[in-house]
Amino acid sequence: MEEINALMQGFGVALSPFNLLLMFVGVILGIIIGVLPGLGGANGVAILLPLTFSMAQQPGGTTSAIILLSCIYWGALFGGAITSILFNIPGEPWSVATTFDGHPLAQRGRAGSALTAAFTSSFFGALIAVVMITFLSPVVAGFALKFGPPEFFSVYLLTFCAFVGMSGGNAAKTVASMMIGFALAAVGLDSVTGTLRLTFGFTSLLKGFDFLIAVIGLFGIGEILETLEEGLAFKGASAKINMKVVLETWKELPRYWATSLRSAAVGCFMGIVPGGATPASFMSYGLARRLSKDGKDFGNGVVEGVVAPETAAHAAGTSALLPMITLGVPGSPTAAVLLGGLLIWGLQPGPLLFVEKPDFVWGLIASMYLGNIAGLIVVLTCVPLFAAILRIPFSIIAPVIIVICAIGAYTVHNSMFDVYLMVIFGVVGYAFKKLGYPLAPMVLALVLGDRAEENFRNAIKGSQGDLTVFFSNGLVGSLTGLALILLFWPMLRGLWRAVLGKR
Amino acid sequence: MEGGTDRSAASTRAVEIGVALVILLFGLIVVIDSYRLGARWGDDGPQPGYFPFYVGLLICISSAAILVRAWRNPSLAEESFVSREELKKILIVLVPTVVYVSLIAYLGFYVASTLYIAYFMWQLGKYSWIKTVPVSVGVSVAFFLIFETWFSVPLPKGPLEAALGLN
Repeated sequence: MEEINALMQGFGVALSPFNLLLMFVGVILGIIIGVLPGLGGANGVAILLPLTFSMAQQPGGTTSAIILLSCIYWGALFGGAITSILFNIPGEPWSVATTFDGHPLAQRGRAGSALTAAFTSSFFGALIAVVMITFLSPVVAGFALKFGPPEFFSVYLLTFCAFVGMSGGNAAKTVASMMIGFALAAVGLDSVTGTLRLTFGFTSLLKGFDFLIAVIGLFGIGEILETLEEGLAFKGASAKINMKVVLETWKELPRYWATSLRSAAVGCFMGIVPGGATPASFMSYGLARRLSKDGKDFGNGVVEGVVAPETAAHAAGTSALLPMITLGVPGSPTAAVLLGGLLIWGLQPGPLLFVEKPDFVWGLIASMYLGNIAGLIVVLTCVPLFAAILRIPFSIIAPVIIVICAIGAYTVHNSMFDVYLMVIFGVVGYAFKKLGYPLAPMVLALVLGDRAEENFRNAIKGSQGDLTVFFSNGLVGSLTGLALILLFWPMLRGLWRAVLGKR
Repeated sequence: MEGGTDRSAASTRAVEIGVALVILLFGLIVVIDSYRLGARWGDDGPQPGYFPFYVGLLICISSAAILVRAWRNPSLAEESFVSREELKKILIVLVPTVVYVSLIAYLGFYVASTLYIAYFMWQLGKYSWIKTVPVSVGVSVAFFLIFETWFSVPLPKGPLEAALGLN
């Protein structure tokens, strides 16, 4: 019951009036970010991160800063459902499955029910994930305290191998994108030997590439370019939502308890694996369609078809923070940006955080409960306002978003070079997205590159260059082994099928 | 990055090959520079180029695989990566954006942003000046208040702010 005590102390931190205010500000900003094209959780947090630099320097300020940023994340997760249901535009990849039944419901005039169901099940999914984080993260962190450099490197290896094996796309493209991230992370001053790497005499490259610039360019500018190509007009269903609809939908929701619980479990599990939110939402939609009594009606607009993907996506998005705070390995691009934030504020994410900064960790966990409650209240009461944002003509909103991205890129280091870099990353992001190169591995590699390399170097330094150090004991050996299995998962599965097929 | 866009509407195959070649080149640069720094075992541990060398090597291998696959898949040549119309739409946005970010250094953030938003509204939205001017100026003034006053984050300023004594 130690966790409960710690959590109560966390609530004490999170419940200060200032932090509560930040929660609502964060959630509202997050929903706006989630609704707007070209701004998503990852780059929204990246743009606002520089604004927290001064906040984080005050006593207790890092907790306030993480509360603000994580609430932007929750808000963005909620916001994705609004665009999917009303406009049939998934704001984030994991909202795609929500459009299958959400938009048909809205077209039949049941937008209110669809939205209520989406928000409530998002909330439920997040709640389950936060409860899991509360009780599981001290255990994982305690376990990880025993980790040395080889173990940490093998955890990173596991993360990256999971991307290659589980992404389902073209493995070569995943590897290319990830390794470009690692290479960009290596640019600049090498912290161990003090050598300049890959700078070719350009002074502007001395500092290296900041992942925030990459995130803003790749996801922000890249997405605007992609949206433009598809046309400028958004046609949406109207968002009427009132207390009566909410209560009626709430009465209907308990019927889907099995779907909710199953989807939450899928989400929690998949969220820990990097890039898990999107497959989690599709998986639980598929499972619900197969197992539900009204499975054949899925796709024509049934509430259960909204419940399943939303619960899973939100559970996965939330549980992506578990490996971030306990191991320093983010499970999603947004979690990666949050992790980058911790590093900038001078905190070392990882198991020691639970020992050294319990206020911070438990304040964050408590704010996950409160932030999601705040989010639910805000979305249920203000949906029409947020939907109205999408009715602002694109020819006004697009340049404003690009201006915001430019400001965000500039404020990271007060450097114009970063703004130029952002535009280049934007073009790269557009080309990569259209060719099916995944962007998340690149961002993750850019954030984790230095830490992964440092642990790799320390590990092989300890073993005098012997790579078998990554199999030297049961723990690191099973981590590395699991990583290799995940890496070759598509091949193993193909082999398995070939064997079964031949009988 | 878009290697094949010199043709009016590039095929997916051409762009795929072009991008893979650029990535391959990038990988080669990484490999060569890491090799120069020393990619082997030094006196006191791995040399600075050790890790990036293998990263670069993986970039080369994976981009070569993408290249070969695109090369041997002629059906991709039929597929259009971007149509002439789409490309035009993108350039209409991309070119002003490039002009905008290069103007910031001379005019400052706020004036450049005002011009950029106004251009968009006027050119793409076909708004009259009566709507364009208040919206574009208003947005920039709002940004000024938010960043300079509220967050006290100074953004680059130009001659106009100097003349108004706002620096």
